Amino acid sequence: MAALTKEETEALIQEVLEIYPEQARKDRAKHLAINDQSLEKSNKCITSNRKSQPGVMTIRGCAYAGSKGVVWGPIKDMIHISHGPVGCGQYSRAGRRNYYVGTTGVNTFGTMNFTSDFQEKDIVFGGDKKLAKIMNEIEALFPLNKGISIQSECPIGLIGDDIEAVAKKANKEINKPVVPVRCEGFRGVSQSLGHHIANDAIRDWVLENRDGDESFATTPYDVAVIGDYNIGGDAWASRTLLEEMGLRVVAQWSGDGTIAEMEKTPKVKLNLIHCYRSMNYIARHMEEKYKIPWIEYNFFGPTKIAESLRKIAALFDETIQAGAEKVIAKYQAEYDAVIAKYKPRLQGKRVMLYVGGLRPRHVIGAYEDLGMEVVGTGYEFGHNDDYDRTIKEMGNATLIYDDVTGYEFEEFVKRVQPDLIGSGIKEKYIFQKMGIPFRQMHSWDYSGPYHGYDGFAIFARDMDMTLNNPCWKQVKAPWKTAESSDVAVAASV
Amino acid sequence: MPSVMLKKNAEGKLVFYVPKKDLEEVAESIEFDNPEKWGGEVLLSDGSKYYFEPMNEQPDFPVTLRAKRLD
Repeated sequence: MAALTKEETEALIQEVLEIYPEQARKDRAKHLAINDQSLEKSNKCITSNRKSQPGVMTIRGCAYAGSKGVVWGPIKDMIHISHGPVGCGQYSRAGRRNYYVGTTGVNTFGTMNFTSDFQEKDIVFGGDKKLAKIMNEIEALFPLNKGISIQSECPIGLIGDDIEAVAKKANKEINKPVVPVRCEGFRGVSQSLGHHIANDAIRDWVLENRDGDESFATTPYDVAVIGDYNIGGDAWASRTLLEEMGLRVVAQWSGDGTIAEMEKTPKVKLNLIHCYRSMNYIARHMEEKYKIPWIEYNFFGPTKIAESLRKIAALFDETIQAGAEKVIAKYQAEYDAVIAKYKPRLQGKRVMLYVGGLRPRHVIGAYEDLGMEVVGTGYEFGHNDDYDRTIKEMGNATLIYDDVTGYEFEEFVKRVQPDLIGSGIKEKYIFQKMGIPFRQMHSWDYSGPYHGYDGFAIFARDMDMTLNNPCWKQVKAPWKTAESSDVAVAASV
Repeated sequence: MPSVMLKKNAEGKLVFYVPKKDLEEVAESIEFDNPEKWGGEVLLSDGSKYYFEPMNEQPDFPVTLRAKRLD
């Protein structure tokens, strides 16, 4: 199917909105837009970071998901207590595939679930005593932990427990950082506020721990990788490239990261931000307080990687700039081979995306390297500044949808007929049953890494594997296909 | 009275950032922008106006300051 024109896209949006009651229609209309590259600012065409409409199927998470699941969870040598009822922690445990090195349960705790398991009496009488008690238990059972964070679930805010006081007291007793995070799920409209709260907690409780301590030997090439959660090993694939060009990666935030790395981050020369949405807050804070500049980069697909490596290198001296060129040249044969192999199989295919964080705009370059086109994209919890950065990446007259509802997404897909959809697990089976190839792009469909040159090879393979899978030809019932009905008619005569 | 984070971008222009509003705009003009006096009315590229209490020296960017919204 040919690309939709601007008018057709406009008509499609109007048609999809038709089903809503008037109020909801008015509200949802603000979240759906047609991309126009001539716009500088997204707020002219799209509204974002607003409360979802009651009654629609939204795909958003909560503030606890943003803090425990995204920002704090991957810090491997700390124990993150899901403070509140057991479910929030248990059902999200290890779901994000933030890989790490270490012995789980001994010196790393990434895939484990620690919870205060609130019961009725804790709601009635408060859970502070229980919290203090479990921190002592943790200290006895897991002495190699490097700190504890308290991730609040909804009831903590509702009953007004003073977790800060408990944290301060525990900090004195166990002599390790104890960080209370006020990320109750009801705060904000999506997980995005959870990221912000988590960033603020790092700012207030961790970042200044080593201020005035100059014992850490620095080099002029120290950088920190911020906002890379090592999904399927992403941060490792990124880190190798940075190290090969001559930089020293001091900290990984927060995939495969440690609290010691975070405390050392104020000593670096440059912060590299991959996921802008979840960690720009801390980067901005470090810029103000420690005068550390930050830049955004994109390690999806060879075009963007080369662009980013050069952009990073431009902020350093000639040795690093030469190093960047060397890295690009070194991997050229590798990624040219990947493109030569997969581009003919994927050329001209059209993709629709609906994910969170940085991916709705960052992966566009990787698809384009494979000759594919992204015809629709949207953020679960993006803000205006995300859409500002998306407009230039997307083609004209393509669809942009913010906090898309289940219904809208299905209708868009029915009309746009993309060859591939990249979204989350909740959307996966709907679209597979509609007979459309689908990749779960939140955690790379249990594959990965997708970052870096090594990741690009896996990305290309996965897309090919999904798109050109013979199963898609079998989705239609055999008696409903044209040839078989011809045969049946011929046989019956 | 929003808190505004101010920084200079690569072109040396002032960038205005209000975290709570996701407002990230380049400042078009500043009433007083010389080494002795800084502040006053700031016009942003989206047309909105803010006012900073003038100060006797250039602040050390990036910096967070309180601003008054003028329109």
